[in-house]
Amino acid sequence: MEWLVAIAIGVMTSCGVYLVLRARTFPLVLGLTLISYAVNVFLFVMGRLQIGEAAIISADTTKYTDPLPQALVLTAIVIAFGMTAFLIVLALKARSELGNDHVDGMSYVAEEQEKKTAVGDSK
Amino acid sequence: MTVSQLPVLLILLPLLGGISTLFARPKGIGLQRVLSLTFTSALLLLSVYTVSIANSGDYSVYLLGNWTAPFGIVLVLDRLSSLMLLLTAILAIVALCYAISQDTDKKGQHFHVLYQIQLFGLNGAFLTGDLFNLFVFFEVLLLASYGLLLHGGGRLRTKGGLHYVVINLVGSSLFLFAVGTLYGILGTLNIADMSTHINQLDTADQGIVAAAGLLLLVVFGIKAAIFPLYLWLPGAYAHTSAAVAALFAIMTKVGLYAIIRVHGTLFSEQAGGLAGLYADVVLVLGLVTLAMAVLGVFASRALKEQTAFLILASVATILIGVGINTTASLAATLYYLIHSTLIGAGLFLLADIIARARGSYSDRLRAGAPIKHAIFIGSVFFITAIAIVGMPPLSGFIGKVMILEAALSSTFSAWIYAVILLGSLLMIMAMARSGSILFYQVDTSLDGDGEKLNLRAMAMALILVLASPVLVIAAGPVSEFTQSVASQLSNHQAYINAVMSQPAYQGGK
Repeated sequence: MEWLVAIAIGVMTSCGVYLVLRARTFPLVLGLTLISYAVNVFLFVMGRLQIGEAAIISADTTKYTDPLPQALVLTAIVIAFGMTAFLIVLALKARSELGNDHVDGMSYVAEEQEKKTAVGDSK
Repeated sequence: MTVSQLPVLLILLPLLGGISTLFARPKGIGLQRVLSLTFTSALLLLSVYTVSIANSGDYSVYLLGNWTAPFGIVLVLDRLSSLMLLLTAILAIVALCYAISQDTDKKGQHFHVLYQIQLFGLNGAFLTGDLFNLFVFFEVLLLASYGLLLHGGGRLRTKGGLHYVVINLVGSSLFLFAVGTLYGILGTLNIADMSTHINQLDTADQGIVAAAGLLLLVVFGIKAAIFPLYLWLPGAYAHTSAAVAALFAIMTKVGLYAIIRVHGTLFSEQAGGLAGLYADVVLVLGLVTLAMAVLGVFASRALKEQTAFLILASVATILIGVGINTTASLAATLYYLIHSTLIGAGLFLLADIIARARGSYSDRLRAGAPIKHAIFIGSVFFITAIAIVGMPPLSGFIGKVMILEAALSSTFSAWIYAVILLGSLLMIMAMARSGSILFYQVDTSLDGDGEKLNLRAMAMALILVLASPVLVIAAGPVSEFTQSVASQLSNHQAYINAVMSQPAYQGGK
């Protein structure tokens, strides 16, 4: 069981890192999402893997699972969700303002030209 | 209200400010401005009071939900957090007045709401005593900073903002990996409790805790813009609005604060095999960052970009002080931190004023048309430049001398002296060049199309710049205070005892 979860986290993280290193915003968003999935599973597993155990204290059980990582994961999911939504909106804004979906925006030559025209023909 | 509620009040005040400015939106920007100014000035007064409370040397520990540590989340107010809170509040009120006087807040929606939420996140990060709570407050301040950074729009701003957002999202994921690993081994996320657990750690587990600790250093390094993770900073800071850039002078210091607080407490001299794990790494990275920042200052083609690299140089100098890791170096570093935050922010405001006065030439470092009030603006720039590069007689010099004095005990002292002194020399040359291009090399045959000097905006820049002579005149009391901060920081056991033995509130009386 442990090795299965560990491999799943590893595969998700490495796919995420690969996608984050792409030059376009869409794979970037997908990569960050994959990494955040991997983080969520990782955090959850840090309370150790238990099956069918209670998280809340009750009179008729003696074995428990750690409830804290579950609370942490819940917070992390909400934050990652909000951040991904923001990033998608920002990526769309960048796409419309910069003219393409490259993470560095316009090509270098176009940017130089923009600077030159902004300065005017002052020497 | 008693003093015991003070830590939570410092967090709630800006949150209430954010909510009320949001609801004030239908009534127009006037009411939002009044509310934002009221809440920020109230925060400033409260922060001054906080420093006077914390200066007694006691820890004010606030148990959220009345759960005692390590089961609940604690807020801890000590001298260091009170210092950071006061610095944030001073910067916040000045930058807010500047934004209002230049109408920055009219360029888009929700400026004041984001501004207050930014302060909420900053204050939370400075007060929390829990690692996961620190993550949450980091996210709050980052989300607000994304909004503020992009406020007003523009192509270069969007491009710089995208880099900033993406690298911080990666940083947040790394933060969670580090937090998860530490929780898996130590079984707690309360910083004081983690520290006690690290003291009793098996040697077999030391490696994994060290790895998590260094991963955490990477995360804070992204926030503080340490080599090689600083590349987002010049693009983001140089292209945002001046008021936001000035407020962000404190943002890099959040990362430095987190290193001092978290790494300083977890890997203190009591941590056995892991003691001082981070110090040499921080020191060497600080030296490399300083070298890179100085090259950046020299290579900049515009004044705002140059200011961003100067901020980076100040971060690097603070890192060196933290890396030396003695009480004396920490005291010197904190003095330099106060100076560099205020002056860095002042230079951002001044760069904006110069850019507006130069009209279409903006802040690009090339000869332009003459500007109005060149003598006045030029003199202020001269003072600011002297302060920020660290020439006598202003505060940057005193700060650097104190850091260099503390560096004598370090094994890297030769390197520290060489890099800091050579770096200062190169920065002096770069700033002298910028000043002469901006103010002397003017083409008098041209007619300038710059804006008229906005006196209220200039006053705000002056307040921050004049902090430097004030820091020199009050160097005695200020450095005494930073020494007491450093000596309280070096007493880790007192911090742990204060947090762990704080009794729950019993009601009654």
